[in-house]
Amino acid sequence: MSDGSTPMAPAPGCTEDRPVLKERGQREVFCGLTGIVWLHRKIQDAFFLVVGSRTCAHLLQSAAGVMIFAEPRFATAIIGERDLAGMADANEELDRCVRQLLERRPDIKLLFLVGSCPSEVIKLDLSRAAERLNVEYSPKVRVLNYSGSGIETTFTQGEDACLTAMVPTLPDAAPGAAPSLLVVGTLADVVEDQITRIADKAGLGPIRFFPPRNSQDLPPVGPNTRFIMAQPFLTDTAKALTDRGAVQVNAPFPLGVEGTTLWLKAAAEALDLPGSHVDVATAANRDRANRALDRYRPELEGKRIFFFPDSQLEIPLARFLNREMGMELVEVGTPYLNRTIHGPDLALLPADAMLSEGQHVEKQLDRCVAARPDITVCGLGLANPLEAQGLTTKWSIELVFTPIQGFEQAGDLAELFARPLNRKTRLVA
Amino acid sequence: MELTVWTYEGPPHVGAMRVATAMHDVHYVLHAPQGDTYADLLFTMIERLKKRPPVTYTTFQARDLGGDTAVLFKDAAQDAYARFKPQAMLVGASCTAELIQDDPGGLAEAIGLDIPVVPLELPSYQKKENWGASETFYQMVRGLAGAHAPAPGTERPPRPADRPARVNLLGPTALGFRHRDDVVEIKRLLGEMGIEVAVTAPLDAHARDIARLGEADFNIVLYPEIGLTAAKWLERTFAQPYVQTVPIGVGATKDFVREVAALAGIDPEPVLAANESRLPWYSASVDSNYLTAKRVFIFGDGTHALAAARVARDEMGFDVVGLGTYSRERAKDVRAMAKELGLEALITDDYLAVEKAIEDSAPELILGTQMERHIAKRHGIGCAVISAPVHVQDFPARYSPQMGFEGANVLFDTFVHPLVMGLEEHLLGMFREDFEFNDDAMPSHLATAGEGEIRVQPQPSAPNGAAATNGSAVEPAADATGEAGTHWDDSALQELKKIPFFVRGKVRRNTEKFAADNGVATITVETLYDAKAHFGR
Ligand code: SF4
Repeated sequence: MSDGSTPMAPAPGCTEDRPVLKERGQREVFCGLTGIVWLHRKIQDAFFLVVGSRTCAHLLQSAAGVMIFAEPRFATAIIGERDLAGMADANEELDRCVRQLLERRPDIKLLFLVGSCPSEVIKLDLSRAAERLNVEYSPKVRVLNYSGSGIETTFTQGEDACLTAMVPTLPDAAPGAAPSLLVVGTLADVVEDQITRIADKAGLGPIRFFPPRNSQDLPPVGPNTRFIMAQPFLTDTAKALTDRGAVQVNAPFPLGVEGTTLWLKAAAEALDLPGSHVDVATAANRDRANRALDRYRPELEGKRIFFFPDSQLEIPLARFLNREMGMELVEVGTPYLNRTIHGPDLALLPADAMLSEGQHVEKQLDRCVAARPDITVCGLGLANPLEAQGLTTKWSIELVFTPIQGFEQAGDLAELFARPLNRKTRLVA
Repeated sequence: MELTVWTYEGPPHVGAMRVATAMHDVHYVLHAPQGDTYADLLFTMIERLKKRPPVTYTTFQARDLGGDTAVLFKDAAQDAYARFKPQAMLVGASCTAELIQDDPGGLAEAIGLDIPVVPLELPSYQKKENWGASETFYQMVRGLAGAHAPAPGTERPPRPADRPARVNLLGPTALGFRHRDDVVEIKRLLGEMGIEVAVTAPLDAHARDIARLGEADFNIVLYPEIGLTAAKWLERTFAQPYVQTVPIGVGATKDFVREVAALAGIDPEPVLAANESRLPWYSASVDSNYLTAKRVFIFGDGTHALAAARVARDEMGFDVVGLGTYSRERAKDVRAMAKELGLEALITDDYLAVEKAIEDSAPELILGTQMERHIAKRHGIGCAVISAPVHVQDFPARYSPQMGFEGANVLFDTFVHPLVMGLEEHLLGMFREDFEFNDDAMPSHLATAGEGEIRVQPQPSAPNGAAATNGSAVEPAADATGEAGTHWDDSALQELKKIPFFVRGKVRRNTEKFAADNGVATITVETLYDAKAHFGR
């Protein structure tokens, strides 16, 4: 176990030769539309209009859970029989829906047209629709498009598609600008503020975040941009930023003390600053975070954990729980394994950790039930049925909706896993 | 294309899932992309079922589309058969698979399974969840019971005199609003009447039970949205009459008992005499005086909205000021009821239209769905949930039926709870200028109404229309500009603020209407009290 201040050497047989069980079968994962649930909270003047079916609308509503917002900044243009039968021109219908929407919501500055399975299958060209609508509404509203369809994206890949669509709209960084850091992937505002404070202290600033809180405040990008990912599911975004000349910084993800430390150091090194700056600037944070982790370690140490594939956060989470909390990894499932992005975390996993990619949910459930792990990380559809079989579970979606990154959240992250175990010890009947 | 913020019903295949999940040995193979698996959580999280819905999704991906999605479907069906060993299989497509036209029915037939396979054609781009449940149940009944049908025109042999009447209960499903408890309550009531329940379906039925539906003497349709189509087919095929009166509320339950008794050839009076709901007495007791003419807005599925309207008017003494449904299949009945109440029915599945109608009718109580509960919260109006779409709270741990005499007791409590308790309201009226009775002092029993959600403060000017209807509009706390260009002077506005928030909307609306009708441009304190005298409390 590491106290996080001294990075471990990437030892046990890194990425290339590590065996991975690849499975095909029923995948029990949300589609990329789900990302709208957190993206619309992050970019506060953006609206997400799904062009899809009643199923898509129902998915969003079910995933959003409690509906506390009068009118959320997302909606669905539900395709009807008339659109399919050619009785109505789908493009005109879409334009009408957008008009109706923008009349109701004059506060919207950025509109995403979000493709779905039905819109993809009927080949409704949303990029042309976006062009057309831009002519009409620019400069008041910018219209972009991406696909969150379930035939192309799982769960968190929707954010990847969304951010990829935004990359071309980022302004060019001034030529000859000093190297600067861009953090990529949605983080809770509170986490961003913490990172900003640390960056300032360690001399890494000024630091920018993508996606921004406001669509009018886009971070510039160019050859002097060093970008580091805060979320592990942004393959295409990384490529798009690289195409704009920005330089990708690879690091373990900022989960736990060790992950956050290595992540900040990689950022520092990318700016040609010594990692010791980070050590000095974060000593107090690390100390506090380690104390927070100490509290939960007795509850987690030696416990066996099983991950169903869901958010692509599984590998960094497994690394944190294994190395900092002493948990044993029974199986670490991920919907997709990107060896470049996950490489630094993979390198820190024990050589014998069982990894699986893709899913055959029935076989995986068989394996899980047979292994009887102490805790299982899975989607909402599987959690209660596993609990009913006497297993303890943690809903993976909470790991996406809750601030878990950075030093100050390390204890909260551990607590998310400790709580279900703690609860089991309390209930006698 | 239709711009939709929230939807009252899911797609039709979710209705099919509600039927399959309700049953014991039926499996549903659904041609669908991975994201559609979200529907499992409705059952495992909202209803807290201990088992996964018996659904296999093919989860085809874009890269399969060029290849053979049909093979994918066949393999999935075969694997599901081998793994789950169902006694009947439903096969069908979700919205996306409907577009690629793989014909799940034909494919399943080609496999040649040795169990009944019921192909479902559920047009996702036209129909919705309840229709899907109804159609699925009907197709399954036809598929499984059809084999036992007598020759057309065969007379039903009379029931032997020594055998009690036997009925089927049709319509309850998984994820239904209180279906679990309604079935218990109605079975108990029928038991007291000496009537046997042969089959309840789909809830808790086996495939073999569906096959013997024709054996009962008659059918009881608990939820017409789901069970009526099948009941009509059973009537045509097996000459089984059916009871369609939904026993929600005291009056409706009494009608139901009489109707059932007539078909069973028994005397209803002993059972009616032995079963008394507390609702009539509670409603008559003096404490309930404050319920008189409360303005209530009702919206839900057809069955529950109609039932609530009757109970609200006849058994609670409310004024029904709005009635509507999202069930287009029940539009006719709801329109008729609305007409009886002197209203225009609201038939829509547009959440924003419902919100607008609520604002316009300025109710003091909303009986609606979880959607209306959110509207109510934003406007500081009391609300009780009476209908699906369901939320985890609609599956209470306690016994809480809507139907039968116990159901009527539950309704009384449910409708009254959100209203300010009688005495408490009088006190608020008397001491309204006391600092403790200002806008932020909610009735004590509502103080923790949040269930972990963000508590939304009542918005004083909400019933005035545009304000607070959408997050974008600027939202004046006490806007001096009213309807039709009327204007409030400062002292009138101050006086308005002294009125308790839960009636302030009504007072404001009435005053502005009074001013407009009488050509008063500026509303003064005098206008306020003139209007009060004109309209009464
Ligand atoms: S999987 Fe496809 S059809 Fe289903 S909700 Fe997602 S985008 Fe819509």
